[in-house]
Amino acid sequence: MPNREQLRERALKAVNKPAALGADIDLAQFDLSPVERRPMDKEELLSLPPIEKQRLMMAGIDVTESERSGTYIQMDTSVVRCGTKQEGIEVIPIRQALEKYDWIWDYYWKLVAVDADKYTAAVELNLHDGYVIRALPGAKSVYPVQACLYIDKPNLQQNVHNIIIAEEDSELHIITGCSTSPHTTRGAHLGISEFFVKKNAKLSFTMIHNWAEDMVVRPRSVARVEEGGLFLNNYICMKPVRTLQLYPTTHLVGENAVARYYSIIVGSPGSEYDVGGRVHLKEVGTRAEIVARTISNGGKIIARGHLIGEVPDIKAHLECKGLILNGGIIHAIPELEGRVDGVEMSHEAAVGKIAAEEIAYLMSRGLSEDEATATIVRGFLSVDIPGLPPQLKAEIDRAVEQSDKTVM
Amino acid sequence: MLLIEDLEVELAGKKLLKHIDLEIKPGETHILFGPNGSGKTSLLMTIMGYPQYKVTGGKIIFKGVDITHLPINERAELGIGMAYQRPPTIHGVKTHQMVKICARDRDVEVTELARRVNFQDFLDRDVNVGFSGGEIKRSELLQLMAQDPDLMLFDEPESGVDIENIALVGQTIARLLQKECTPTDIKSMLQVKRERTKMGLIITHTGHILEYVNADKGQVLFDGVLSCSDNPRGILECISQMGYEECVRCQIASN
Ligand SMILES: Nc1ncnc2c1ncn2[C@@H]1O[C@H](COP(=O)(O)OP(=O)(O)O)[C@@H](O)[C@H]1O
Ligand SMILES: [Mg+2]
Repeated sequence: MPNREQLRERALKAVNKPAALGADIDLAQFDLSPVERRPMDKEELLSLPPIEKQRLMMAGIDVTESERSGTYIQMDTSVVRCGTKQEGIEVIPIRQALEKYDWIWDYYWKLVAVDADKYTAAVELNLHDGYVIRALPGAKSVYPVQACLYIDKPNLQQNVHNIIIAEEDSELHIITGCSTSPHTTRGAHLGISEFFVKKNAKLSFTMIHNWAEDMVVRPRSVARVEEGGLFLNNYICMKPVRTLQLYPTTHLVGENAVARYYSIIVGSPGSEYDVGGRVHLKEVGTRAEIVARTISNGGKIIARGHLIGEVPDIKAHLECKGLILNGGIIHAIPELEGRVDGVEMSHEAAVGKIAAEEIAYLMSRGLSEDEATATIVRGFLSVDIPGLPPQLKAEIDRAVEQSDKTVM
Repeated sequence: MLLIEDLEVELAGKKLLKHIDLEIKPGETHILFGPNGSGKTSLLMTIMGYPQYKVTGGKIIFKGVDITHLPINERAELGIGMAYQRPPTIHGVKTHQMVKICARDRDVEVTELARRVNFQDFLDRDVNVGFSGGEIKRSELLQLMAQDPDLMLFDEPESGVDIENIALVGQTIARLLQKECTPTDIKSMLQVKRERTKMGLIITHTGHILEYVNADKGQVLFDGVLSCSDNPRGILECISQMGYEECVRCQIASN
């Protein structure tokens, strides 16, 4: 396919191109070779060792699949489970889609540039797999679709490309978890995600990262939202990681399109997180909100946000709050860029500690100092996310509950 | 019983309270008057155990335990609770969660309790976030109702409360302090009164609270010094006619 060759050529030119942000990683240290794995049926999934099941569960994956519309599980480089239970919702491995369907070329590398940096190039040059999730026009997912990218093989570099399409008037909810198996602490995950939210469609994407101490993580994602569409992007990372850098970008290209980002990050010692969100508001009536809650528990967190108002009558707000609990660094970088008259943009950033007055107040209601602190931290991390289905809210709550143990 | 003996308190290096003696017996409620800045809130915060209020002399005894240096939560466990004038906001913690926290192991019907202070519509809101002055008072009362302490400290519970809710607030405090009880077939009024155990210390400026709560004693705090009288209504009258300074002078003279 000429298309693919052109992409390869462009990628080859970028293999040594450092990213704009984040530590520059020498990818030669990781192992790229494919790991063959058999597909798993439901029984096999249910009979995984409890410790592995626990890792999947913490990344938001329901192994019983009972309250899920579809499932995609990739272990290392192979797809082990892929399918859907609901008509109108499709889940297809991307390599299969590239072989079988012409329509995929309308989406593949259309939002993320293949030569953006060495990581995008690496994924194209050695694509392992990834998911294509599509809601057909008017389809509404009853339950969320779950996707999991799991690394079992030590020192693997997992190269993934995902495409998510919510066709006109559809409603699609996705929870995607990334995790490593208990014995694997070292490896790299490079993941491309391209989101297409068409006219009046609604897409919620909740990503829970559950990495390990020596993981290098470089997701690259861009979304495009058409008229009246809604893109809800939630990101939760409570676990250590060596270095993680992501800056998902959304283009609101149709009137009244909306993007809302919520991220919750707890930074462990020895870990570096450079996370942000960027939204271009390109049409009248578009709205964007970016909310970030970060806690440094000894780690280094850079929390970025960038709102770009390109036309009048747009509204955007950025809220970035950080708590430094047990050392570490939180560096909040909120940016507002209004390019014409008539934009309405604001931000609120704060980095601090838990107010002694709040702890005392709760203590006077009978809580010990530790209980009071935990209650305030949990409250700080619990953001109301309107429009999120109850199963996903429960997954986020569970991830946050888990973090109590790491934070305290 | 709460017993305070010759208490001296400093805040940020400044002496705020001097030679405070105070005794509240089981079943008694005292009213604390005093001009702005006289140290009323400081006295309550010191009893509750806020560490920035540094006790430099004297002691506080509650239920026979010397609590002068106990942490706040241990005082709460012993049965001291407070309705704050300006409590902090706690983002992400819902009011219904807070009521459960106050109730600890006890089973409480949160919505039922809330209805009693007309607060059922606020249970899903973050604690104190965006509450008006009067709403804060009702939220504080709701929390105290769930906590059910034996000594209740009220910091200006009626200030900022609208006319519609003032009776509600007054009656709730009276009930919390067991001042509202009526004789039953089995027990005479005297018996009911004798069996009261709840103790109260209420700061008021306006004295409105006296219309609902039958208080046992009035106290005036002036410039960090306490003087007392047996009759809170008398004190209120004296203050409103002659002002705090005269009132305190007359109290000192009669002591
Ligand atoms: N954080 C503080 N630092 C220093 N002084 C304070 C502080 N808070 C209160 N004060 C002072 O302590 C005194 C007593 O205050 P307070 O107990 O609040 O009085 P009241 O409740 O009777 O109005 C006042 O002079 C007040 O200005
Ligand atoms: Mg005061």
